[in-house]
Amino acid sequence: MSASLETPAASVPMQQTNRRAGKLRRGVRSLLKSKTGTLGLLIIVAITFMAVFAGQLAPQDPAKQNVAQRLKPPMWLEGGKPDFPLGTDNLGRDILSRIIYGSQVSLLVGICSVIIAGLIGVFLGLVSGYFGGWIDMVIMRIVDAFLAIPNILFTLVILSVLGPGLVTLILVLGITNWTNYARIVRGEVLSIKERDFVRAARSVGARDARIIFTHILPNVVSSFIVISTLSVATTIILEASLSFLGLGIQPPTVSWGGMLSDGRDYVATSWWIATFPGLAITLTVLGIIFLGDWLRDVLDPRMKQNGK
Amino acid sequence: MRQYIVKALLQFIPVMFLITLIVFSLMHVTGDPVSLMLSDTATDEDREILTKALGLDQPMHIQYLKFMGNLLQGDFGTSFRYNQPALPIVLERLPASFELAIAAMLVATVISIPLGIWSATKRNSILDVFVTGGAVLGKAMPSFWLGIMLILLFAVKWKTLPVSGHGSFKHLILPAITLGTGIAAEMTRLIRSSLLEILGQDYIRTARSKGLMEMLVIYKHAFRNSLIPVVTIMALQTSVLIGGTLITETIFSWPGMGQLIIQAVNTRDMAIVQAAVFVIALLVIISNLLADLLYRFLDPRIKYN
Repeated sequence: MSASLETPAASVPMQQTNRRAGKLRRGVRSLLKSKTGTLGLLIIVAITFMAVFAGQLAPQDPAKQNVAQRLKPPMWLEGGKPDFPLGTDNLGRDILSRIIYGSQVSLLVGICSVIIAGLIGVFLGLVSGYFGGWIDMVIMRIVDAFLAIPNILFTLVILSVLGPGLVTLILVLGITNWTNYARIVRGEVLSIKERDFVRAARSVGARDARIIFTHILPNVVSSFIVISTLSVATTIILEASLSFLGLGIQPPTVSWGGMLSDGRDYVATSWWIATFPGLAITLTVLGIIFLGDWLRDVLDPRMKQNGK
Repeated sequence: MRQYIVKALLQFIPVMFLITLIVFSLMHVTGDPVSLMLSDTATDEDREILTKALGLDQPMHIQYLKFMGNLLQGDFGTSFRYNQPALPIVLERLPASFELAIAAMLVATVISIPLGIWSATKRNSILDVFVTGGAVLGKAMPSFWLGIMLILLFAVKWKTLPVSGHGSFKHLILPAITLGTGIAAEMTRLIRSSLLEILGQDYIRTARSKGLMEMLVIYKHAFRNSLIPVVTIMALQTSVLIGGTLITETIFSWPGMGQLIIQAVNTRDMAIVQAAVFVIALLVIISNLLADLLYRFLDPRIKYN
């Protein structure tokens, strides 16, 4: 601090970059120390890479039908061809290419809808916890009402009324999944608003909106990140379930849930059609859970699980 | 205690009211019920008649009051597929879903209690690593994929269990495992962490220091107390359990409420969907209330305020 007093202009930004670099280095070191965290990060990086460069990585056109090549097994089995490493489906489409393209939808839907849910939930949680009283009561009763309807049923009903589609799906998953954020953020705000720095801000005449957004909001960011990561995992499963039931992503857009639904009818003869997309979902969700658990341990020691 | 129950019941009324509002707006504001119900070949005249018959030409608030009035009389509308009142059709399917849900909870309990205790008492051993890893895997696997894989192995390959249907114990096994695995994973994790916390408490040290056998310390002193949070958190999972029946019943053609809902959604039989949403919401709210009471009953340290 004394150094910055002497030459404020030069050393403050430098100190800040140093501090930031130190934080980053510490973060990376603690990530490498956690084996599951590292594994999770590697899985997520690989799947993101796959989604971004799907066009370059996929050996075939994922939508190209080829009746002559239908129901070919994976290449290591008898009758398999190296052109179709994981085999083909009932329309002769390459499973590997479809899995690579399917990652795009899963990540897109997972991340976008979690952002929407997070914005709604954090806002309502902040307002509910900060103002209390009847506002809090109304918001919490709305949360109770949302929680009483199972997520999958809720989204299913809205999608059946509005009709399926990518954008609709993202919006619907966003507006039905905010309750977790609202509850946790509200709980945190209840304790943060009693802390001295909030009282100080209020005593110098800061307005409510300013206190909420500049003083309280930064303190709930770490919870936001932790809930978001784990929400992406559950949302990916939810999206796949909806697509499996035929109300999520519609063909010709490739989705892992939709592939599983195709494969279900051929499970007796061609096991690979349903098996590989399911593995892809499991691996992705596993990676996110590992990363999320590590993030929780690092960002929020209070939420730390026992025995870790 | 009584005061607490009364307060909880009073909170129940606004929540149910909000649910009617949600369902009403889902059915009436977001979509056009007439075109949902009519086929594409319907003429404008047909549309007009149906709009009048459903009272959709009236202002929104009148429609809502009518809707509420009908609900209070237990009238959830008529299913056009079955041509019968919707509520009895939904209630008729409940026992099969209960059967599946109870079987799934049994599967989850049988798996999670021994595994949870083992991994907590042998912390950081290879067994613990396997159990905690398995629990994460169980959470990451989509249940519909697990169901298909079980069919692939037990019905297609080994031909030991039926693919679908309802009636015998054999029919129940695969659906119960499909629905129960995710819950087992959650429960194992909970039992493990709850038991670990309790094993560090003073009264456990006291029990050990007076020379009690380790088995007795764990089962009589630690395990029972560790179940308090587990039982209540599991009761709060009712919503997840019911959500899971939608998928599981569809995969295994199980004739429960979940299958009925999916069929109703696909055929746009909105009266059934409406009635089912209410029945489920009611079940979830009641079980959450019971969970809360159970928690207070099991742990006398909790006050009723």
